Amino acid sequence: MIRFDNVTKYFGDRKVLDAVNFQVEPGETFVLVGFSGAGKSVTLKHMIRLLTPDEGRVTVGGDVISEASGRGLERLRERFGLLFQGAALLEWLTVFDNVALPLREKTALDEAEIARRVLEKLRQVNLEDARDAMPAALSGGMRKRVGLARAIVTDPEIILYDEPTSGLDPVTSRAIDGLIDRTRRDLKVTSVVVTHDLFSALGIGTRIAMIYEGRILEISPPAEFIRSNNDIVKRFLDAQYITRRGDWERMSHEAESSP
Amino acid sequence: MVSLTREPEFRPPPANWRGRLGRAALLACRDAGRAVLMLAEATLELRRLFSRRARPVFVRQLYAAGIKSLGVISVVAFFTGMILALQTGIELRKVGQEVNIGVAVMVSMLREMGPFMTALILAASVGSAMAAELGTMTVSEEIAALEVMSIPPVRFLVMPRLAAMMVMTPVLTFYACMLGVAGGALVGATQLGVSPQAYLDNAIRWAENKDLYVGLFKSWVFGILITTVCCHQGFATAEGAVGVGRATRRSVVISFLSILVVGYIITRLFYA
Repeated sequence: MIRFDNVTKYFGDRKVLDAVNFQVEPGETFVLVGFSGAGKSVTLKHMIRLLTPDEGRVTVGGDVISEASGRGLERLRERFGLLFQGAALLEWLTVFDNVALPLREKTALDEAEIARRVLEKLRQVNLEDARDAMPAALSGGMRKRVGLARAIVTDPEIILYDEPTSGLDPVTSRAIDGLIDRTRRDLKVTSVVVTHDLFSALGIGTRIAMIYEGRILEISPPAEFIRSNNDIVKRFLDAQYITRRGDWERMSHEAESSP
Repeated sequence: MVSLTREPEFRPPPANWRGRLGRAALLACRDAGRAVLMLAEATLELRRLFSRRARPVFVRQLYAAGIKSLGVISVVAFFTGMILALQTGIELRKVGQEVNIGVAVMVSMLREMGPFMTALILAASVGSAMAAELGTMTVSEEIAALEVMSIPPVRFLVMPRLAAMMVMTPVLTFYACMLGVAGGALVGATQLGVSPQAYLDNAIRWAENKDLYVGLFKSWVFGILITTVCCHQGFATAEGAVGVGRATRRSVVISFLSILVVGYIITRLFYA
């Protein structure tokens, strides 16, 4: 679905991505983890062409997004939904209008159909009652959920999540994880999650990739990831008090509560 | 669609003053080019101004640019007219020509004071607000979010602001001119012994239609200039809250300088 071939990126003299290669399979939740400044968000931004590689290329379903421009790039971007780290809600629009924005601007749907779809998505993220609230009145977790509703309102094939649980308390973080997992199952979408929260990664990921100093160190399913012999991965696991003994038991998100 | 999300720039500072000067000149040219491209796209998008979705945004911008600026423009314009009348009246009285304050105030307001004063007030209030708002949207990734949703930020954010300023700047300028003339009439009547009727007769007899048209044209150009500079500075914001402050300050400074330079060029074109 998404493929990185030898993607290298420089910021000035600093190499932030160093010949990165990986492939995200359709329908999976691919989680990128790593220390702060390792290149996680930079990798994510290459997927949707907010950044352009200096070397290598990024393809989405066979189309080279790293070389696309104009209408071609717009069409490729329409296949994505992106939940930004800070949700990136438009502050002068209500929750309803924020979620309705892509439908109003990019489709010819009438207001009744737009309202039906928006309310359906708000219901999915347990925010139906907050439809008339302004973003400034929302908590961090609620903002992320509105951002998620906006990301999925156009029923995209791929959803990208940039640090979906950063700055949230553990209970809210697990609720957001639950939403991501449920979205993948209900909508059959491909998901890419960037996070430094290993609990989140192990809970929702079908495969986890560890990125360190711009290089992919390891890509494996959660159960193998926690038994990795890579010293950097071990250090990362130890720092979050995750034991490498025994199997990682995937948490259930069936009964997540709203934060 | 002009892409407004910029990749971060990392360049070592030039070693000497010539290098710094050269880089500053190159960056100024690059920014000017980007601003012109943005203006061109916004102008092309004006055809969608009365679409169902753009109309409410346009009306909100008309309110922000026009109605909210009315108070400060009223006070400044009225007192400017009073000061003009008083200063010229004191001198003209020495030669018994104080009745001519009518034309002095009217022509000054229509040709220069009205357009300049209105544009400077709008740059400082509406323009700086535009730069701060778009700058905040840029650093909080709202502009990137629009681009990811394939919603052109120029159509969505710049076009309604441009249209509102193209309408409101001439309207406010005309309003400011009329208030300035009224302020002059008040000073004439209360302090210089010139009746309002004589003041207005004198003003209307000597002022030309051209003074009004050129003044309004000038203010229309100033409206475009302010929107272009301030929106571009907003989109070029980087480095968080500090960057928003810097972009806001630069938008006001560049707008003021552009207004003065372009104002001179227009005056030279029509009157020299």
